[in-house]
Amino acid sequence: MTFLGQFALWTAFLVGIWGAVISFSGRWRGRPELARSVRRSVFVVFGALVVASICLWKGLLSHDFNIEYVWAYTSRNLPTYFVISAFWAGQKGSLLFWAVVLSTFATVAQLLTARRHAHLLPYVAGVTQAVTVFFVSVMIFAANPFGRLDFTPLDGRGLNPQLQNVGMVIHPPMLYLGYISITIPFAFAVAALLSRRMDSGWVVAIRKWTLVSWLFLSIGITLGMWWAYVELGWGGYWAWDPVENASFLPWLTMTAFLHSVMIQEKRGMLKRWNLGLVVGSFLLSIFGTFITRSGVIASVHSFTQSNVGYFFLGFLVLAGAFAYTLLYTRWPSLEPESQLESMLSREAAFLFNNLVLVGIAFSVLWGTLFPIISELVRGTKITVGPPFFNKVNIPLGLLLLALTGIGPLIAWRRASRANLKRQFTVPLAAGAGTALVLLIAGMRDIYPVMALALGGFVLGTVSQEFWRGVRARRRMYGENVAMAFAHLIGRNRRRYGGYLVHTAIVIYFVAFTGMAFKTEREATLKPGQSIQLASPFGHTYTLTHVGVSQYKALNRFVTAATVRVSRDGKNLGLMTSEKRQHFTVQNGEEVASFEPSTEVAIRSDLREDLYIVFAGAVDGTEEAVYRFTINPLVWWVWYGGVLLAIGGLITMWPGEPPGSGPRRSQAGYAVTLEGAGAGAS
Amino acid sequence: MKAGTKFLIGAAVIVAAVSWLIVAGVRQTGVYYLTPTELAQKAAADSSYYGLGVRVGGAKVVPGSVTRDVASQEIDFRISDGHQIYAVNYHGIVPDTFTGADDIEVIVDGSLGHDGVIRATEVLAKCGSRYEAAAKDARRQA
Repeated sequence: MTFLGQFALWTAFLVGIWGAVISFSGRWRGRPELARSVRRSVFVVFGALVVASICLWKGLLSHDFNIEYVWAYTSRNLPTYFVISAFWAGQKGSLLFWAVVLSTFATVAQLLTARRHAHLLPYVAGVTQAVTVFFVSVMIFAANPFGRLDFTPLDGRGLNPQLQNVGMVIHPPMLYLGYISITIPFAFAVAALLSRRMDSGWVVAIRKWTLVSWLFLSIGITLGMWWAYVELGWGGYWAWDPVENASFLPWLTMTAFLHSVMIQEKRGMLKRWNLGLVVGSFLLSIFGTFITRSGVIASVHSFTQSNVGYFFLGFLVLAGAFAYTLLYTRWPSLEPESQLESMLSREAAFLFNNLVLVGIAFSVLWGTLFPIISELVRGTKITVGPPFFNKVNIPLGLLLLALTGIGPLIAWRRASRANLKRQFTVPLAAGAGTALVLLIAGMRDIYPVMALALGGFVLGTVSQEFWRGVRARRRMYGENVAMAFAHLIGRNRRRYGGYLVHTAIVIYFVAFTGMAFKTEREATLKPGQSIQLASPFGHTYTLTHVGVSQYKALNRFVTAATVRVSRDGKNLGLMTSEKRQHFTVQNGEEVASFEPSTEVAIRSDLREDLYIVFAGAVDGTEEAVYRFTINPLVWWVWYGGVLLAIGGLITMWPGEPPGSGPRRSQAGYAVTLEGAGAGAS
Repeated sequence: MKAGTKFLIGAAVIVAAVSWLIVAGVRQTGVYYLTPTELAQKAAADSSYYGLGVRVGGAKVVPGSVTRDVASQEIDFRISDGHQIYAVNYHGIVPDTFTGADDIEVIVDGSLGHDGVIRATEVLAKCGSRYEAAAKDARRQA
């Protein structure tokens, strides 16, 4: 099996080089058989990598511990779905996963790209082949998943218990899908630059693919938050850890691109900036992989580190130098077709939104790399942690939230007074009303009040848009509210899908605001003893320690501590948090593997989570040490994630909306605001 | 004034605000990342390092030095980078990776007291060579 796998990797390597070389040499121009060969090389590489992946999965599922990777990440007592997910649990497997997913995307891009962009495809193939070859070469020369041991162990080492979690089965692939698919818009950007055809067609192809990666990355990041929350046991979902930051960076630049690209489609401005953002997003995704894999910065994800990171650093520098040099040489052909006309215009709002997004990205990058920067510049390592990121990003985030409400309201080119008044009255009233209610209710913390008030403003904007759209449809077609609502979204997917995403962003902000009110308490309790804990929503929890039990489960010894929970005197039942010691079986003996791990107990409702961590029992007695945390509004993060995914899917749903006819050229945000456009133009 | 110029002014304001936030943020929240040896040198040269918030890394737990009082959640241990040893006192729940076994790399956030003890506010731990040791065991069995 490993021989076939090796063979498949080499096939992918050589065929990939062929495709890349022919593509970049430009020999295929005027020679359709060579152009076809480049295209077919993509399919061959895809096939070879699928074969390699099947080989690795076969090795994993047949417990062939002679393969080092299988030995290192699985064991006989590991449940099958974790054996399957062990494919991407380790470095070498992740590299293969990257490569096979990239070649899948590359194949899909070759097959599904509309005919009018067909002239770009041989270049696109060249770029995707070059990136694939990079990943395959790292596997062949540095981290081969098919490497064998010189003996066959009886059992494997098992999977890190922190990775034995359902979230961990899907979080890395989702994040990888996001990271990897950025290669496709990058390839189209490079293709457009190489072909010197700077018409606006390529930007459509790039936008659709960027939406795909943006959606995967959003889902991946949210799942990562969920994993951190339920598995890591420190009571939060975002710690500004370097690896978290690394996934956040391309998300920010892609979000910026998805907005600024509308200006390019509508007004022919910002071509250079947009290409720069696409290239930057790609580089940041490689940078993210580098941070994750190299361990240059200490992180909770340090179980993935190795020297393979430096291959990535080299690749990062090369790809960056190539892409930006190319952009520089094509600079003159990327002249904007029009100029900014007024500060009171949607263009200006989007420009500021881009600046803020890139500003956030820069500050996060700066903070993440600061230990390295300060050591280079001043000779001493200085680190910054969550306080830094919060201090910098809360004001910028609030500014961004304000722009989220402003952007959709303001007219293109130049907004008139009438336009402003007609558009802003209701949303501003919603925001001010929210602030007033909070202040009367006694909330005095400046940032939470601002965040919620701006959230009210954005929701006012979105509701007004939906309300006006529905009202117009009811008048024109006599539809009922539900039908009008459904048709409104269906016929303007880009615009109203975007509004759903904005609503999701507000929900995220509300959830983040809740974390400002988290309360925490540690306690050591004998059976029968209890403590009381007041929640930010005014409830009183009484937590009574019931006892400690010990037992053996599938692949672990468990020490479980149970608490009886009551809220305001009403019994809510029992909650159990565990300490687990995983083991593998060697020569019939159970041998402890990995450090003990904590399973938290979480009870959630709409308003707050009770989060219980069992920190250990006192010297074999039933006296237990607990940390009790009340986290307000955590579930809103997951609700926000679901809504964001739905909105994103609607936005990118393929095909022409039914009955839209040929006049749909200015779909999406670009549609003049119903009625309001009159005042603007 | 042209819209483009106005925009540039607005952009300059945003860039300046971001820069200011970063500089102020680093100044107010940045802490030195030092090895025990570096901390000893700095503290000897400049007494303001006592009581200053620092992150001490590049060190391992001295084997056998960990004493825990589970009931009160007090943990005392010593860390060393091979040259300099510091005693560390921590109150709270340590991460799962802090096991008391050999070869645990730790990062300690806290401050150095005049008594030479680091009062930690946070302890991060990572297993160093343990997996490699496990690999050798497996090889021996085969």
